[in-house]
Amino acid sequence: MQKTMENKAIICRELTKEFGDFKAVDRISFEVNQGEIFGFLGANGAGKTTAMRILCGLSYPSSGEATVAGFDVYKQQEQIKKNIGYMSQKFSLYDNLTTLENIEFYGGVYGLSRPEIKERSAQLVHTLGLEKEVKKLVGDLPLGWKQKLAFSVAIFHRPKIVFLDEPTGGVDPITRRQFWDMIYEAAASGITVFVTTHYMDEAEYCHRISVMVDGRVEAIDSPANLKARFHTDSMDEVFYQLARGAKRTAD
Amino acid sequence: MKVLGFLLQKEFRQIFRDKTILAMMFAMPIIQLIIMPLAANFEVKNVNLVYVDHDHSSLSQKLVHKIASSGYFKLVATPSSYGSAMTFIEVGDADLVLEIPAGFEKNLVREGSQRINLSVDAINGTKSVIGGGYLQAVIKDFNRALDLNIKLATTASTNTAAAISVDTVNWYNPRAEYKYYMVPGILVLLLTLIGGFITALNIVREKEIGTIEQINVTPVQKWQFILGKLVPFWIVGMIVFTLGLIVMYLVYGIFPKGSIALLYLFAAVYLVALLGLGLLISTFADTQLQAMFVAFFFMMIFMLMCGFFTSIDSMPDWAKQLSGLTPVTHFITVVRLIVLKGSGFADVKTELGWLLGFALALNGLAIFNYRKTT
Repeated sequence: MQKTMENKAIICRELTKEFGDFKAVDRISFEVNQGEIFGFLGANGAGKTTAMRILCGLSYPSSGEATVAGFDVYKQQEQIKKNIGYMSQKFSLYDNLTTLENIEFYGGVYGLSRPEIKERSAQLVHTLGLEKEVKKLVGDLPLGWKQKLAFSVAIFHRPKIVFLDEPTGGVDPITRRQFWDMIYEAAASGITVFVTTHYMDEAEYCHRISVMVDGRVEAIDSPANLKARFHTDSMDEVFYQLARGAKRTAD
Repeated sequence: MKVLGFLLQKEFRQIFRDKTILAMMFAMPIIQLIIMPLAANFEVKNVNLVYVDHDHSSLSQKLVHKIASSGYFKLVATPSSYGSAMTFIEVGDADLVLEIPAGFEKNLVREGSQRINLSVDAINGTKSVIGGGYLQAVIKDFNRALDLNIKLATTASTNTAAAISVDTVNWYNPRAEYKYYMVPGILVLLLTLIGGFITALNIVREKEIGTIEQINVTPVQKWQFILGKLVPFWIVGMIVFTLGLIVMYLVYGIFPKGSIALLYLFAAVYLVALLGLGLLISTFADTQLQAMFVAFFFMMIFMLMCGFFTSIDSMPDWAKQLSGLTPVTHFITVVRLIVLKGSGFADVKTELGWLLGFALALNGLAIFNYRKTT
């Protein structure tokens, strides 16, 4: 049992989250391999964010099992939290702190030492080309910069898995492209990427994707296989065919 | 401990970056402490009096002079009829009407007694009751002098009736000046506002922005997060308290009679209790508006029940008990005891017990109720 878990970053079995009568997440099962870029697709209100919050240890499941980085989502949330990075839909760096101060804070919170933080942040600022912005308040940066910075902060402590909840919402195509370059770099360095998105071109960048409809995972495979299965050459079409049957209205 | 260091650093950076909050925390309490005691004064002065004299005798003139020279009353008018005097009360220009009937002097001298009429506008309760009381005291005094004059003249006997006269000494506040009573109280209330509101709003703000979720997804432990919020505002509170003591000394010349260390010990524990309340509120509220209203609700109860505006001894029993259940009551009592009376530790140790109890209970509940995973 433990052996098979080791090369799986995430394992979900019949994972369910109910709010009263409403099943936000309905018996979903899937596995994510280490180092994989896993696209977690679904219409608004399909239950993606709820599922992701459970996997991040922010919310208790109602039933089913799941392990993240080998740790149980019921009992070992704090262990999970040490091993993951998370970038939520809402921009969650501190607007009234500077770029460097934000990096320093989140690095420190994850237990990095000050010399480590200093070294890595210098490197990060250089890679991002943010040398001129380090002393600026994060609130004054343009959105594209903010998102790239938020992602960099989420993987600053070198987690095993990073969860990205619609990381490119509202970002221009060029920045989105740069953002995905960063995701690829992270995956190349061994970080498993679990990402939700509404952009189907981004779905194509993923190794494998799952599509959620009304709380259930309706399909899970590589983009190429899915397109073959639905006899189409666009991911948009795959998504339409799957999501058309949805009964829930968007939130 | 290392993680706590990062949390504190971040909090202080944010506090010192937000100039409005900074001003609210430090400048406002000081300005309020300088202004409020001058205005918030329970002493009743300038009671507006209308005097209706139907007698026009030397005795009635003497009475009005005595009243006017007491310093508490302002003679608004001296109309000739009670009806026109009442119009002054109706439009709000007068608080009291004193009516002297015709034959006042004659009856006093002949019969040895005379009734006069006092009408009071009871809308402003404090002013009318206290003003009426002052007026009666003045008349009583006038009466006694009258007794001597008339009785000595009419009766041959020289042994005056035995009377108990009371001389009052105001201990701990010899001149019964309100500032000695008010200033320490106001200092406590300002500290209460800062402690109760700022932590609650600060954490709920992080909820609103969404940064708290980012914190909850990190391995930060509950106690680290809560201490990271408590310590900065505790320090801010202690600085405000110190500034308050300085203002109290420089502006009002009040220097604590008792031990300053003891005063700080109480302030320290009290702030922990209050910050705990703020934390507890923040665990329930989702928006700053909610937090504001809940905090305000408690603040109102605290202020009205703490014995600052009204004496706790004159409250009904249930209110007395409720008053004992608000931390402010205990702190205000102690601050007055230490500052004015110079009480030592032995005199106030039960109050310390109360405050420690509040601090433990409120923070315990807050920690219990704060969830990183929902």
